Amino acid sequence: MNEKAPIWVGVLGWAVALVIFMPIFIIAITAFKTEQDAYSLTLFFTPTLQSFHEVFERSHYLSFVSNSVIVSFGSTFLSLAIAVPAAYSLAFFPGKRAQKTLLWMLSTKMMPAVGVLIPIYLLAKNAGLLDSVTGLVIIYTLINLPIAVWMAFTYFNEVPKEILEAARIDGASAWQEMLHLLLPTSLPGLASTALLLVILSWNEAFWSLNLSSSNAAPLTVFIASYSNPEGLFWAKLSAASLLAVAPILCLGWIAQKQLVRGMTFGAVK
Amino acid sequence: MASMTLRDVQKSYETVEVLRDINLDIADGEFVVFVGPSGCGKSTLLRMIAGLEEITGGELKIGDARMNDVPASKRGIAMVFQSYALYPHMTLYNNMAFGLKIAGKSKEEIDVAVKRAAKILHIDHLLDRKPKALSGGQRQRVAIGRAITREPAVFLFDEPLSNLDAALRVKMRLEFAKLHDDLKTTMIYVTHDQVEAMTLADKIVVLSAGRIEQVGSPHTLYHHPANRFVAGFIGSPKMNFIEGEVAAIGPDHIVVKLAGGQQTAAVDGTGLNVGDKVTLGIRPEHLAVDPAGQFQATVTAQESLGDHAFVYASYAGAQEGLILRVPDEDEYVTGSAIRLSADPNRCHVFNAEGLACPRTRMLAAA
Repeated sequence: MNEKAPIWVGVLGWAVALVIFMPIFIIAITAFKTEQDAYSLTLFFTPTLQSFHEVFERSHYLSFVSNSVIVSFGSTFLSLAIAVPAAYSLAFFPGKRAQKTLLWMLSTKMMPAVGVLIPIYLLAKNAGLLDSVTGLVIIYTLINLPIAVWMAFTYFNEVPKEILEAARIDGASAWQEMLHLLLPTSLPGLASTALLLVILSWNEAFWSLNLSSSNAAPLTVFIASYSNPEGLFWAKLSAASLLAVAPILCLGWIAQKQLVRGMTFGAVK
Repeated sequence: MASMTLRDVQKSYETVEVLRDINLDIADGEFVVFVGPSGCGKSTLLRMIAGLEEITGGELKIGDARMNDVPASKRGIAMVFQSYALYPHMTLYNNMAFGLKIAGKSKEEIDVAVKRAAKILHIDHLLDRKPKALSGGQRQRVAIGRAITREPAVFLFDEPLSNLDAALRVKMRLEFAKLHDDLKTTMIYVTHDQVEAMTLADKIVVLSAGRIEQVGSPHTLYHHPANRFVAGFIGSPKMNFIEGEVAAIGPDHIVVKLAGGQQTAAVDGTGLNVGDKVTLGIRPEHLAVDPAGQFQATVTAQESLGDHAFVYASYAGAQEGLILRVPDEDEYVTGSAIRLSADPNRCHVFNAEGLACPRTRMLAAA
């Protein structure tokens, strides 16, 4: 298995990466163009920060960022707080229906979100959670919970049972087992789970567009606000998009090694 | 230190019964070995004693206290796992200190206990390392050290040597014996390796298919197996079994009719009748090549082990063939016929149900 991959695999890899990267690249260069230049795909133009100035003048960027940060990290924290004990129980004390429960959780992800838009909208309205950060945190927690449980379950399954049994004989309670053994030994996996949850929450647009407008609006709403009936202002839309994706791109860049490891965890022995 | 009693202990998973009628008394300070083939329930029984598996029925007592519903940590036991189960992210010191920290012991107490255990096991120079930096033997010592620091009333060992190479296994086996001599604590040891069982145990418990076949000292199990299973399981190579029928019954012996001959066995024939089907059992070291021997076999192979050799032979009455131990310098040609005999005082007889007839002693063996 130590043989080098053939050249065509490398070429194909780069080609796929370029195709995926192209929209981000176009956004990145368009953001530095004037509105007039923005309609052409030319790579030769005089860079300007005009669109960024206009975006900052028009919107409270920092308020959107802070909402995105609170909602993403808040929902991630809450998801993990629920998912870790759930996965612990499913992995180490599986009942008869453990597998079915896991599949059921996953099946909720197969349902189109729009199918439950009206009930959830009404629930949020009655609970006074429309356009509130709390409401979004709860919704994001719920939609990401199946992924969090599944991933934590996969990592916990890799932890030898005997370690926890040894701790139990050593006198550790279930909480101490989790705190002193399970969390430290599966930390890389849980870190990549957390990272994935942050990214998913950061990029989530459906619920944020439908359940928030100004107070709780995260960056996805900020981008959408640049697409309006009068037409698309490509340069400003690109500048806004770049501002919205830049933080999460940086986070992903820094943690890419961890993320790849987490995503392929358990796939290769 | 503590004694232990198991009364009618039983274990089932839903409708599947994996252990039944387990009755056992373990004296304070005794070294008990559970031995049996894979899947016989020996590890499950150990885990039930440890509190890692629920006891479905019966009663487990450590000392005078009923332990069925007592959590693992409160049973006063320590366990060494087959995989060692060291905490991978902790140093050896913290591995050994973990139980004491959880118990809320002071730093000084923990330090004394860990250093004492490390000294006993000669790992005091490794305390700041993590498990992955250790060899198999060293990890094993840490696992034992972790058990020692807690000063348990009972030590449980679940196949602790099975992941080590042969030479290290022998070395660690001796260390287990020494450890028991030093600590004088009750120890229960699970293995499928009968050499470990024979060399370490004060008392061996032979299990098969979820029940106890026999409990006794290594000597008893070897020389007075209660049934055909124990006779075949204890001893390597295993005992030869030859099918036959009772030809005559004397006061201190019976005569068994075999294919092409007969063999006298010094056993109590009470309950047997002439003509009953029985199985004659003779260990390889008790079967001898003898020109005047009663039965004739054909040599199929010879294995030399340096100081002695094993000759494999086919014989009409022995389905699995015969094995006999001979001096290494004796050579037998494959396909040649040999005549065999056995000392009646060394023969075992099992009735049709596989139960052993009590052995007697014939003064003038025929």
